[in-house]
Amino acid sequence: MSSIGYESWAVDLADVGPIYPFQGSEMLMVALGVIFWLGWHRIQFVRESEHLKRAKQRALDHEKVQQSVERY
Amino acid sequence: MDGNLNALTTVFTEFYYWVTVVFMFLIHVGFCMYEVGASRRRNHMHTLMKNVMVIPLVTVTFFFFGWWIYWAFPMFPFFGGLDHEMGSGNLPWAQSMGPNAADRITGVFWAAFLLFSWTAASIVSGAVIERIRSSALWVHAVLIGSVWWIIDAAWGWHYDGWMVKFLGYHDAYASGVIHAIAGGYALGVIAVLGPRIGKFAKDGTPRDIPPHNPWMLTIGIFLIYTGFWGFYAACNVPVISPEGIGGQITGTTWTATNIYLAPTSLSGITFNFLMSLSGGLMAAYLVSKGDAFWTFSGGLAGVITASAGNDLYHPVQAMLIAAVGVVIVYRLHFWVERRFKLDDAVGAVAVHGYAGFVGLIIAGFVLWGAPSSPYEGYATVNPLGQFIGAMIMFFGLGFLPAFAVSKIQAAMGVLRIPEEVELEGLDYAEHHAYEEAKEAIIEADKAHLAAKLTPAE
Repeated sequence: MSSIGYESWAVDLADVGPIYPFQGSEMLMVALGVIFWLGWHRIQFVRESEHLKRAKQRALDHEKVQQSVERY
Repeated sequence: MDGNLNALTTVFTEFYYWVTVVFMFLIHVGFCMYEVGASRRRNHMHTLMKNVMVIPLVTVTFFFFGWWIYWAFPMFPFFGGLDHEMGSGNLPWAQSMGPNAADRITGVFWAAFLLFSWTAASIVSGAVIERIRSSALWVHAVLIGSVWWIIDAAWGWHYDGWMVKFLGYHDAYASGVIHAIAGGYALGVIAVLGPRIGKFAKDGTPRDIPPHNPWMLTIGIFLIYTGFWGFYAACNVPVISPEGIGGQITGTTWTATNIYLAPTSLSGITFNFLMSLSGGLMAAYLVSKGDAFWTFSGGLAGVITASAGNDLYHPVQAMLIAAVGVVIVYRLHFWVERRFKLDDAVGAVAVHGYAGFVGLIIAGFVLWGAPSSPYEGYATVNPLGQFIGAMIMFFGLGFLPAFAVSKIQAAMGVLRIPEEVELEGLDYAEHHAYEEAKEAIIEADKAHLAAKLTPAE
């Protein structure tokens, strides 16, 4: 029993194909990957929106803004 | 891998592409340095993070669907359906898309194309610094990096692409398929995004927004040159037999080829890379009256202008074409800036977009009648085909989708950061924790000092 389909390398390499674990479940792995990717965008978008909203309110302090502008 | 010669060819090709990928990483390092150097201190981290995260987002999406598009779209949708036979082996769940003892090429070839994808997205990233929302840019990065550029590659940078077959489109080192499309895309985004606050005076006169660190820009662009050299090698097939090509070439002489499987050599493109770099630098120095950053960018624009035909040009032709392109690009940049009030923060639209567009058209005249492919029945290179190709790249697949998506983002209020945040600076807004943490640790150290040590009398 081996997750990659080979328990030893006593093989003719001409007969060897994929050597990654859980062959046959590629579609499931891709689906998980796509969920991770889209979920990342969603989380980042929500966090950035909140950040900018808070930053906009704080930026009403003109003295702070002036310091930032002069910092260049 | 039957036989020693085939085994050697395969292993050499695998290693060859791997080396080009490592070299091309320097392009992204260079873009990051250039952007950060060009941005103001209050936006450093945001600017850097925006471009760094292009790497994972384009990588995973290029794995999920970008690579499949390249193999499935050469004739789709205008001259045929999807090529399922070629596409199926390059779907993300295909067994060749992972460690596989029977396939030593797919991974490195995928990676070579992927690094081009990063470049396309990174070109857009530079033009929009200091005012775009990261989330908005990253949507554009995925679209240009894993959808639009790879569609254009399937059409015009593939041995079986319809633009090559019917238009005689020739773009060996990607004047159009990377640079014109990315420059056009950047133009589409900044047309909607608008200029940075203060970029234009009330009477419309553009102001220079000086880079905070000129040395970072300098090193950045030199790294881009270095990576670009690797990019040139990555555009070739390193060694293949006429039998392997299966076209009209006779005899048994093996050769390197361009992406269309037409003969070229690393030696020839090394001549032309260096001569076009030189022509670009020299022309830019003259036209900009010695302005350091336009001179350096001119070297890049020179290579980009000559790239469409740099597999075939004589080195002196490459030099002169680069020089002509740079003069056009420089003048066009300032004309567009004044006329349309567009703020291209790093000159990306000019250096990549205009140079790529001009380079395609020049190649149509200089290479008029040259075979675009080793296969029978393909149109030869011609000015009209190159012009149509340039329009497809810059406007059709670049400017238009970018403009449309940006309009949607602007309408939803998710394209640009608030004006108050732009003035205060993105780093303070997003990384305020740094200042607070710094203050806290300094206070803690001072307290420790006061409690434990007695000041010297």
